[in-house]
Amino acid sequence: MQPIIEVQHLFKKFQDVTAVDGISFTVGSGEFFGLLGPNGAGKTTTIRMLYGFSPPTRGIIRVFGMEISRDWRKIKARIGVCQQDNTLDPDLTVEQNLMVFAGYFSIPPKEAVSRTRELLEFFALSNRRNAKVMDLSGGMIRRLILARSLINRPDLLILDEPTTGLDPQSRHQVWDRLEKLRASGLSIVLTTHYMEEASRLCDRLVIVDAGKILVDGSPADLIERHVGRHVIEIGGPDQALRDFLKAQQVPHDDLGQRIILYTPDGNDLSAAVRANFCHEQCTFRNGTLEDVFLRLTGRELRD
Amino acid sequence: MEIGVISWRFWKVWRRNLVTFQKIWKVNFITPLLEPLLFIAAFSLGFVGIVGQIRYGGAELSYTAFIAPALIATAVMNNAFFETTYASFVRMYYQKTFDGMLATPLSIEEIIVAEIVWSASKATAAAAIMLGVLGAFGYVQFPYGLIAIPLAFFGGIAFGAVGLFFTGVVPTIEMFNLPIFLFVTPMFLFSGTFFPVSNLPLWAKPLALAFPLYHLVELARLVCLGRCETVPLLSIVYLAVFAFLFTTLALIFMRRRLIK
Repeated sequence: MQPIIEVQHLFKKFQDVTAVDGISFTVGSGEFFGLLGPNGAGKTTTIRMLYGFSPPTRGIIRVFGMEISRDWRKIKARIGVCQQDNTLDPDLTVEQNLMVFAGYFSIPPKEAVSRTRELLEFFALSNRRNAKVMDLSGGMIRRLILARSLINRPDLLILDEPTTGLDPQSRHQVWDRLEKLRASGLSIVLTTHYMEEASRLCDRLVIVDAGKILVDGSPADLIERHVGRHVIEIGGPDQALRDFLKAQQVPHDDLGQRIILYTPDGNDLSAAVRANFCHEQCTFRNGTLEDVFLRLTGRELRD
Repeated sequence: MEIGVISWRFWKVWRRNLVTFQKIWKVNFITPLLEPLLFIAAFSLGFVGIVGQIRYGGAELSYTAFIAPALIATAVMNNAFFETTYASFVRMYYQKTFDGMLATPLSIEEIIVAEIVWSASKATAAAAIMLGVLGAFGYVQFPYGLIAIPLAFFGGIAFGAVGLFFTGVVPTIEMFNLPIFLFVTPMFLFSGTFFPVSNLPLWAKPLALAFPLYHLVELARLVCLGRCETVPLLSIVYLAVFAFLFTTLALIFMRRRLIK
């Protein structure tokens, strides 16, 4: 089957900074695809090239089998974009925001009215339809942006950090709606730096850093491959533990005050650790995408 | 520039501005309604004793009759220029309205053209109201005076385009002070608005002739009073070239600013 998105050797340079450094990936129809990476990794730049906002320095982008540089108008008509910034019209009401946006897609007014009603219902905004955007909470604004990105009934939804800055309640509500959309067969591309979000939503994801793709796979795959199913965090490690780990050649990260062990099977080794080295504090838990992310992109601050 | 980047779709952006304009339409109509009244009051009450008649285009005119068409032209300049500077800058920079639009089938060129056409439309609405007010006082000869309405749209394009060009180049919104001080204010004062350009010393005349407002004022006097000092066709050509030039520059600099 033809992929929805095909990206080949994509580059983007700003003056002397290379934001995207030769990445390639594909997104299949109906797939929920994640683009993960620390701040400044090139996620938003990549996404902006995908929906035709910024022209690539080099490389090929095909969406729905069409070249973005040539058929941008046809492609954009079939994409919904939820940008990171709030680009809603503060002068307009909730309803007018959707109606005006429908106009940009040349949706007939009658149809726009019924889609607006439907989307406000879906995103639990019906009772605020006449409110001014300025009077909405952060969670409602995000839901309205999402609603607006679906006004053209897109075949592909692009989400750039859709839950950044939301409280847990609002975030879970957004996730719930996104899962419903995925179930309806919509293809979705998501950027985020919430690993919980990516694990829960993405069928497949790539982790990018410094404009390059580090890994590609399903969340479970990546955890299995790069961390192992079980993780032990040991507080206040001593030299004996360090020697033991060295002798046993156990993959681990030494953070000074804390050592994190990655154990693929989780039986013999964890029993040994539990018996001999858990002096202060030991946490036995499952490996997460966050472990993968931190192992691959390091722990240094990015901005 | 590619072919086919500008289509009828720009009306959708124009309509968006109309919808927001309608929200505060009462406020938007007060200025063009009251401004001419203020000017007429000030000049006919306070100025007439000092200035008396003005010699313009081979005839004697009352001072208020002389400035009335210039008030319309100035309103066109202000409405269009302030719309594509401050208002467009707010939409572009603070509200990120254009970023949102660029995620739809709209092209950047359509957005820019729509902003300019919208500013001209707003200027036309203001000019039409002023025309009515000034006409009621007998300062406009009808029916020719009605030509001031399409003329306002034409002039609005020129001033809207130059405004959007500045929006494409200024780093911050405060920087609009500069083109206003160096471009708009001198034009307002020296474009034959408050005194005939023929009164200026010889060296200053070419400067006034270079101002687009001068040509709009002249054309406004022609349609409202039936007389002018210049060759009308030259003024039309000048404004058309000016509008074309700055629309092109606005397209180039706004694209450079928005598309990264």
